[in-house]
Amino acid sequence: MPGPDTNPDVSALAAAPGLEEWHLDLHAHGARREAAVARLHGLLLRAARFEVFRRSGSLPQLSAVELDELAQDAADDAAVSVLRRLGDFRGESSFRTWAYKFALLEAAVKVRRRAWRDREVTLEPEDWESLAHAGPGPDDDAENAALLEAVREGIRTALTPRQRQVLVAVVLEGVPIDVLAERLGSNRNALYKLLHDARRRLRSHVATAGFPEGNE
Amino acid sequence: MTGRDLDPTLLRLLGTDEPEIDCDECFEQLDRYVELELRGAPADALVPGLRAHLVGCPACAEEHESLRALLELDSVS
Repeated sequence: MPGPDTNPDVSALAAAPGLEEWHLDLHAHGARREAAVARLHGLLLRAARFEVFRRSGSLPQLSAVELDELAQDAADDAAVSVLRRLGDFRGESSFRTWAYKFALLEAAVKVRRRAWRDREVTLEPEDWESLAHAGPGPDDDAENAALLEAVREGIRTALTPRQRQVLVAVVLEGVPIDVLAERLGSNRNALYKLLHDARRRLRSHVATAGFPEGNE
Repeated sequence: MTGRDLDPTLLRLLGTDEPEIDCDECFEQLDRYVELELRGAPADALVPGLRAHLVGCPACAEEHESLRALLELDSVS
């Protein structure tokens, strides 16, 4: 990898606002780079610990040592991602903020997956019927009840089986989207697109049934 | 908009038809968006579609909250 003095991208970055100078050493070689990588790892570990302990309520079975191991793993994986994507950093935020988001993502995904590791994800199509219990209560008006019925019908008739599966799991069962992606052998972005399309179909169905909520 | 309160579950099921970016683009823009927010800049206008995505995606919303909270913590420590 070229050193900071010869890489035009890095020279341009040096002028970017909010750039911490030590970041440039990640493009260097030898001891300078090693020191910068160690500093980067410390930054990522701080962010990963912040996220893991912030979400530790979902992992009551883990000790503080185990939570810290999770944070260490997240920081290690984040360091690999950051170093692989160094060339993508354009100085649109500070380098610290840019690096933090990798650690927070790795930590958040690890926490969610660990929290759901021993939990069954129910993907039976009829599970969406539980919507009947999540809808309007006794004080709600007839219009809400009619909308609920239109949504139920839309889930039943307007969605593909895969769209129904994802919508029910994420919205009604509360399954984190990256946990679901792992179980289905997919990825977060692909499942979110499915969810987005499912919602659009559902809104269209509800609008056709005469509810303005479908056009919002 | 009808103005009446919808059940939160119905809101999550239906979403909105506001233009929104996807999870990958949200991740790409998140650092810039949060710094704009913390500076009081019009983040929603400068990064269109990200706010709508956060409303529809609980996982990205969590990561947005965390990045914002971590930067706020940094700013006082």
